[in-house]
Amino acid sequence: MSDTSVRLGKTEVGAVGGRGDGTEVVLDVRDLRVSYVTPRGPIRAVNGVSFALRRGEAFGLVGESGSGKSTIALSLMQLIKPPGRIEGGQALLDGTDILALSEEEMQRVRLAEIALITQGAMNSLNPVMRIREQIIDAWKDHGEPVNGREAEERIHHLLRWVGLQPEVARMYPHELSGGMKQRAVIAIAISLRPKVIIADEPTSALDVVVQRQIMQTLRRIQRDLGAAVILIGHDMGLMAQFVDRLGVMYAGKLVEVSPIREMFRDPIHPYSQLLIASLPSLAKKGQFLGIPGLPPSLLDPPLGCPFHPRCPYAMERCRVEVPALELKRPNRLVACHLYEREEGQA
Amino acid sequence: MTAVPLSLEQAQDRIGRVLRGLRTYPMLSAGLMLILLVLLISLIGPLFVPREGVQVGSAPPDQRPSREYLLGTDTVGRQILAIIIYGTPLTLQIGLIAGAIGLGVGMIFGFVAGYYGGALDHLFRGAADVFLTVPGLLILVVIATTFKGAVSVMTQALVVSALAWMYPTRTIRSQVLSMRERGYVQLAKLSGMSGPEIIVKELMPNLLPYLAASFVSAVSAAILASIGLEALGLGPQNEPTLGMTIYWSLYYTSVLRNLWWWWSPPIVMIVIIFVGLFLISAGLDQVANPRLRRAA
Amino acid sequence: MPLGYLLRRLTVFLLIVWVAASVNFFIPRLSGADPVRERLLQMAAVGGTGTGTVEEVVKSYQAKFGLDKPLWQQYLFYLADMVRFDFGVSITRFPNSVAGMILDALPWTLVLVTVATLMAFAIGSLFGALVAWPRAPRFVHVLAPPLLTLSAIPYYLLGLILVYFLAFTWRIFPLGGGYKVGTQPSWSWAFIQDAAYHSILPALSIILSGVGFWALSMRGMMVTTQGEDYVTFAEAKGLRPRRIFLRYALRNAILPQTTALALALGHVVSGAVLVEIVFGYPGVGNLLYQAIRTFDYPIIYGVTFMVIVAIGLATLILDLLLPVLDPRITYHRT
Ligand SMILES: Nc1ncnc2c1ncn2[C@@H]1O[C@H](COP(=O)(O)OP(=O)(O)OP(=O)(O)O)[C@@H](O)[C@H]1O
Ligand SMILES: [Mg+2]
Repeated sequence: MSDTSVRLGKTEVGAVGGRGDGTEVVLDVRDLRVSYVTPRGPIRAVNGVSFALRRGEAFGLVGESGSGKSTIALSLMQLIKPPGRIEGGQALLDGTDILALSEEEMQRVRLAEIALITQGAMNSLNPVMRIREQIIDAWKDHGEPVNGREAEERIHHLLRWVGLQPEVARMYPHELSGGMKQRAVIAIAISLRPKVIIADEPTSALDVVVQRQIMQTLRRIQRDLGAAVILIGHDMGLMAQFVDRLGVMYAGKLVEVSPIREMFRDPIHPYSQLLIASLPSLAKKGQFLGIPGLPPSLLDPPLGCPFHPRCPYAMERCRVEVPALELKRPNRLVACHLYEREEGQA
Repeated sequence: MTAVPLSLEQAQDRIGRVLRGLRTYPMLSAGLMLILLVLLISLIGPLFVPREGVQVGSAPPDQRPSREYLLGTDTVGRQILAIIIYGTPLTLQIGLIAGAIGLGVGMIFGFVAGYYGGALDHLFRGAADVFLTVPGLLILVVIATTFKGAVSVMTQALVVSALAWMYPTRTIRSQVLSMRERGYVQLAKLSGMSGPEIIVKELMPNLLPYLAASFVSAVSAAILASIGLEALGLGPQNEPTLGMTIYWSLYYTSVLRNLWWWWSPPIVMIVIIFVGLFLISAGLDQVANPRLRRAA
Repeated sequence: MPLGYLLRRLTVFLLIVWVAASVNFFIPRLSGADPVRERLLQMAAVGGTGTGTVEEVVKSYQAKFGLDKPLWQQYLFYLADMVRFDFGVSITRFPNSVAGMILDALPWTLVLVTVATLMAFAIGSLFGALVAWPRAPRFVHVLAPPLLTLSAIPYYLLGLILVYFLAFTWRIFPLGGGYKVGTQPSWSWAFIQDAAYHSILPALSIILSGVGFWALSMRGMMVTTQGEDYVTFAEAKGLRPRRIFLRYALRNAILPQTTALALALGHVVSGAVLVEIVFGYPGVGNLLYQAIRTFDYPIIYGVTFMVIVAIGLATLILDLLLPVLDPRITYHRT
């Protein structure tokens, strides 16, 4: 890892943390790099991503399909499988680099400290096991008591907490509706009170009404727990309701990280602007503009800024120099040559 | 194909591409190599070994391998080398004919069942399942003993093909079923293509690797069945097929009489053929289903 | 277990029995000739068994099958005989009843094939699951190629090789038969020991060549299963690898594998029939072989019918077992 990238990571996180609103960073991701090795060469799915998550914060990650969102989620859990490989970076969870942990150490950290609600949560439950057993399984391997009245009460409480009847404990996944399954998955994910919950498109397979109910439940639980949440998704509307800050991914890089209101009111990065502009608003009902051009090949990414081939403001510099994610306005990190670096912060 | 001869670069390019393909699919190429070896033996062998060797009494009985009789002779004075060289292609021939019939029937049943669904699907899938459950060899025994008499290689192939269609039917049906709802098939339907047209123009090309794999497994099943029948004595009596050779060697208790050169060469050939066919079909599976490649 | 599921499985079983019976009825009649009659006449001509006996057989045969009646009546009579396991009498060993002969031979085959197949299935499935498991011990990958090669060899040929080395050359196991020559089958401990000893090689040839087959199909299932979301979520739950392997991946991959077992039974039994011949094992395979050599049709048809019924029964048992393994089965269908 190069010296500059470390410095860059620290600087920007420091800048955010130094905002003085009294919140501390719980998860600090620095220069994360993940590749998938294919016969035609490595796919750089996550290419130097840094962000900091504050305690109790809801952080959103959006981006086109294939921009590397799930890869970030899986690598934070150390669940990247061959041909994928974490090539570099750190993820400091309360100061401990969880990317450097051994497999046994990481196994204890999963669920207890950092939980993942996987993409496609509709199929996240083992079809041949009752819900109760699937909860208890997780406890067993974390040394939690699983027998006796206390454990039963804990299960009941847990299910109530996510809005399920205690009877669900005795059911098989196929006996539950999509929303109920999703609640059961959430129940398992929060059962050991993790500090960080990553939710990868937790509601994408559900209808809109159920989606909203689930998101409200998740929000409530997050507040009860005081956990930080990384919410991954495509749905900007959902993001607007749920998250505090939003990170926009493009081709394996974060191109902008801004508080959610500012992001909607005044997106800075050209890609964010196009993303926001393409949203169907009340005024322009049903008009979905989309973004011209295709996402770049991650096998053979363009030189310079990955977005320049589609960027309406691309300059000569964009074709040769990769822009760094820097503080361009107060509280706003942007990777774009169009803007000057905010002075006096670092 | 045009008759224009390839330039040197073109030829090199083509060979290079084939070689690269072989390297990507090592199982497939190893399998092709083995089958090629078998074919070479049965093509080149006759140039050096006269056919008289398969005749009873063409040599003294029970001879160990020697300079004169390279693989020895059996109890009735046939030369094992000649038997192998002239018998192997017969076995392959039975397998290919029966496999082709099996694939043909399986394709018709599978495409119809998968594409049209409904009652036809129930009928064909049910038939395939019931006949898969039934031990094929016994049915074939019933057929072969009933229609006894001079069995020719062709008859044998026909008999065996009676039970070579079930696997192709099943595989093709389930593949068609999964493709039926895909975009391009729907598109073809909307654009007014007829069912058979869609099957031939849209489904078949996309199923090519599966069809090839089905063919190979049908051939393999047919050879297995025909060798099994022959080992029971129910094959072309006067032809030196590999299975009949096994039958005669069992009949004359060659194992207990330590005539190892009699029973082992046909087994080696059979193993090479089966391993070769197995590798080819596993390799074709990899081509069709890249997910398996990683876990190899 | 819901009634509908049960009924459907039973229907399939009856269908199999019906196919088995009909094959035996129609194939001989399709041939245009009556092979049994021909065989009898041929025997009479040769006079091998003494003309008196043959005439007796012919008479009992014609009376039994009512050859003067219309075809559909013959068919119904035939079906009725079949479900009562009445296969008539042996031609060459008159007046032994075919059913009795099959009954003597069937237990041998049943025990051998069931034990060997279940062992091959269990060992092979576990092995295949390990091959697909990234954390599997190294020996698994060393053993995989030879086992897969063995699976390409038909059972009985593998048996031939085993006999040559383990029985003929090194004399570790008996050369063949089901028990020591000269002893009478009984339930004594000594006899059972002897029978088990004689069955090791036949069983080994079925197991050795079956393990690779089951390993291969299990490997495919495991590769698919490991891509499932519930395995990823199990990992995210921080479970120990062993638990994920057994309770999440293997537990689900074994379901289609069990269905595959039901479908492969016919194949397995075909192979086992030939194994018995190589080993001179006193089961139905050998009975069939002797019958083929003497064209003793009632035995051929009887064995075919009984074996198919046995396989149908085994399939039925597996089908009824499946809902126990997979709670979804009876829920979704019907
Ligand atoms: N197992 C794999 N092998 C090869 N490439 C992969 C693999 N998994 C992911 N990729 C590649 O990595 C890139 C990022 O994938 P990822 O799943 O992280 O995207 P995503 O942003 O989550 O997309 P989506 O919104 O569709 O979920 C994609 O280009 C994808 O093709
Ligand atoms: Mg994703």
